[in-house]
Amino acid sequence: MSAPLMELRGVSKRFVRRLSLGDRMAAKLGAAVETREVRAVEDVSLAIVAGETLGLVGESGCGKSTLGRVAAGILPPTTGEALLDGQPVMSRGMNPRKLTTRVQTVFQDPFASLNPRRRIGDTIAEGPIAHRLVGRAGAEAYVAEWLGRVGMDPGYAGRYPHQFSGGQRQRIAIARALAMRPDLLICDEPVASLDVSIQAQVLNLFLELRRALNLTCLFISHDLGVVRHVSDRVAIMYLGRIVELGPTQAIYADPKHPYTQALLTSVPRLKRRRDVDRHDFRPIAGELPSPLAPPSGCHFHPRCPAANDTCRRIYPAHTALAGDRMVACHLHAAKDGAGLGASGLPKAVAAP
Amino acid sequence: MIGLKILDRGTPLGRFWAEFCENRIALVSFWIVLIVSALAVLAPLYAPQDPYDIGKLVLTDARRPPGHVGAGGYVYWLGTDAQGRDLLSAILYGLRISVQIGIAAGAIAFVVGGTMGATAAFLGGRVEVLIMRFVDMQLSFPAILLALVISAVLGQGKWQIIAALVAAQYAYFARTAHGAASAERAKEYIEAALSTPLSARAVVFRHLLPNCMPPLIVVATVQVANSIALEATLSFLGLGLPVTEPSLGMLIANGFQYMLSGRYWISIYPGIALIVLILAINLVGDQIRDQLNPRLKR
Amino acid sequence: MTAQAMTAQAMPAPVLEVRGLRTHFFTRDGVVKAVDGVDLSVARGRVLGLVGESGSGKTVTGLSLIGLIDAPGRIVEGSVRLAGQELIGLAPDELRRVRGRRIAMIFQDPMMTLNPVLKVGTQLSMALRAHERIAAAEVRRRSVAALGRVGLPSPEQCLDAYPHQLSGGMRQRVAIAIAMLHRPDVIIADEPTTALDVSIQGQILHEMQSLAAETGVALVWITHDLAVVSSLAHEIAVMYAGRVVEHGAADEVLSAPRHPYTRGLLESVPGEAAPGGKLLQIPGSIPALVDLPPGCAFRARCPRADALCEAMPEIVGDGLGRAIRCHHPLEAA
Repeated sequence: MSAPLMELRGVSKRFVRRLSLGDRMAAKLGAAVETREVRAVEDVSLAIVAGETLGLVGESGCGKSTLGRVAAGILPPTTGEALLDGQPVMSRGMNPRKLTTRVQTVFQDPFASLNPRRRIGDTIAEGPIAHRLVGRAGAEAYVAEWLGRVGMDPGYAGRYPHQFSGGQRQRIAIARALAMRPDLLICDEPVASLDVSIQAQVLNLFLELRRALNLTCLFISHDLGVVRHVSDRVAIMYLGRIVELGPTQAIYADPKHPYTQALLTSVPRLKRRRDVDRHDFRPIAGELPSPLAPPSGCHFHPRCPAANDTCRRIYPAHTALAGDRMVACHLHAAKDGAGLGASGLPKAVAAP
Repeated sequence: MIGLKILDRGTPLGRFWAEFCENRIALVSFWIVLIVSALAVLAPLYAPQDPYDIGKLVLTDARRPPGHVGAGGYVYWLGTDAQGRDLLSAILYGLRISVQIGIAAGAIAFVVGGTMGATAAFLGGRVEVLIMRFVDMQLSFPAILLALVISAVLGQGKWQIIAALVAAQYAYFARTAHGAASAERAKEYIEAALSTPLSARAVVFRHLLPNCMPPLIVVATVQVANSIALEATLSFLGLGLPVTEPSLGMLIANGFQYMLSGRYWISIYPGIALIVLILAINLVGDQIRDQLNPRLKR
Repeated sequence: MTAQAMTAQAMPAPVLEVRGLRTHFFTRDGVVKAVDGVDLSVARGRVLGLVGESGSGKTVTGLSLIGLIDAPGRIVEGSVRLAGQELIGLAPDELRRVRGRRIAMIFQDPMMTLNPVLKVGTQLSMALRAHERIAAAEVRRRSVAALGRVGLPSPEQCLDAYPHQLSGGMRQRVAIAIAMLHRPDVIIADEPTTALDVSIQGQILHEMQSLAAETGVALVWITHDLAVVSSLAHEIAVMYAGRVVEHGAADEVLSAPRHPYTRGLLESVPGEAAPGGKLLQIPGSIPALVDLPPGCAFRARCPRADALCEAMPEIVGDGLGRAIRCHHPLEAA
């Protein structure tokens, strides 16, 4: 086993409301000015091994999209770093820039992620030409090849995005990302905006391309069924932190963290068998806390049926469990399994 | 109706044009603008008289009414002004100046202001604040005041006027471009471009600015009309172009004193030409603006 | 007792009956037959799930029921009976009296129902006063009761809040409370939980289920989410390209679908499929509704289609509440 392809070490991302000149002057004069800080991601460490698909699951406000952007080199982390093969993805300093083309992203909204005023052929070819993956002369054939691979007629290269349906645009977005020949593909809710039947088509396409190109993926979604279908390992996020991590089947069969358990039972699922009682719900109590004011201690304690006093005061440390699993919960603390390193992989694997 | 099938419906421009043609008034205005501009720009080729050539002016034909046949068997279709200029030719030449100045000032202000606004929105932070506060300060001055001051400082001449007009108007473009670019900046296709990664220049000029075009084009049509009106105002007040190169404003000014004595044609005809041009441009701009507004879902 | 017999026995007279509804949009590009021949019925206290993807016509159906179709759309044909009263063709003031009082609607985006510049209490009182003359104290009492009934904590505080101060789930509950104010016979819910987080979705569904059972209101739940419909609905109607292609008891339709489209939809959901495996997909995409070719609209994507399908199949019922619109329905299980 080699070093992980992508490593996120202690990544935190905080958004601070920028104070206007007036506020700053008022603060200097001693007035109490409210600084609002959103802790979108708090101390996340993850490692993605080459060839695997890591699913990232959570509800809105949990920080999964922000984490995806940090991994993609679009957002610089406040603390910590995102490394691809040991090299940082973004430069540091005043104007951070993305340093690599080996990580590419497929975005959620197929209607907003393509420039409406550019032909899709130009959109797909733009990146590869700019980074000299293909010359201007060969661009047309290159685009045609990729359109064919995502199941679209190469003759469509001259059309504009509005002439395509949502599913087709998402295929174009996939072609654009893959035309850069990335090693790591980050998919940020790629099928959330699509109809169910189109979802299946795009998911099948994704699985086929993943196999053919031997891609490593970070698959971000709120849809538990979709994540289960495509991921090897899954990480569950809640209010900016990872609360559980491990192989997909193991987590779905036997979730350890109360949030994961509640999520899996409370989410409406398609039940097709006749004798199953379809009408009983056990929803999670309480509202999703705002990221502006996360609860003290373990963020889940207000909604957790098993919360105790420690849960209210101290944030639980990551506990390693058997089977390469990790959970952040006091109820499972002091159960030491194979010993997970900070990156969430067994110690023997984590890079020194 | 003329012009319906010119552009391919598949392209965004084609769709836009198809919808534009549905408004008869706007379509007629569009053709008026096009034809008047063409006539005006080509005026030296066919105008009966060159109003700038003082040698050609026949002083004894001054202040003649429309239709008068002057010395040399020459028909003054719209009459003559105080210096004996054939008013028809003078109006055509004047329109030519107006169109040239209007488009030049509009285009330069568009480029300068648009780039400033889009770049400010893209870079953000202190640069954005600096640029936009400067633009805001400028916007608090009335355009006419600014144009007057700069024109007085720079002196007379076509390029001096254009400079004054650009200085007075780039701020509108900058503010509009900044607003539109700020909204576009947050959209996913910009993020996608940045994550390829593409250079800042590529993102601003190939992705950001083209998508800010709709409101900028509306501002452009309005500002072209404004430039023409401003230039006419400046000339009316005696600044701007020299007396030997009369523009519509100056013609109107010169004819003012004769209005009450019955020699209306010296002011009225240039006035009508000015009104028609500005009105047509504004109607086209109105239609473009209405079409670009978020529409009700059908 | 078999499920079929149970359904037949438990079927009281419907409070909402729709027959042959056709809503067309007369656009520049042609006539869009968004709804083209839809029959529905819902009984008191029951939930009808109206399922379909985008372009199926489900939202337009909902808007037609409550009379919110604007130009260039128009209900060209059909009958909508609410407890016996015909709604189509009612004069606008008559319709306004019915709307909100006996039939109400909840939208996907609660900000469509809620005015962002008015406090919640103001909006509730406006809704109350639109149909009845009530004293202020009574208005407040009923508002608080309505908010409490939908599970909002501290209803009095909610009354003084603006919509943006509430979370998405709370806003949707306010929208539901407004809909329930006059105890309508029917509530039409157009994807009310789609924009909400999954854990909140569960809560709202739970609330709606108990509301329907307690107050006897009939629910028409419009959604594309089969999981939601499977947990909530008693009956399901599946729509495709403006027509109902299958309807019946939820149990029946979900466990033994008979229309190829329904089966394709159910198999597309990656719930039970083997992970990493290929999902059964319906090839092609939803047809454009402008100038739809004659015959079965699903023909181009159906593995069972043949020459017979060039004629539009009629909807064939079995008399016990199950109906299919297909020339080659799948075998009954």
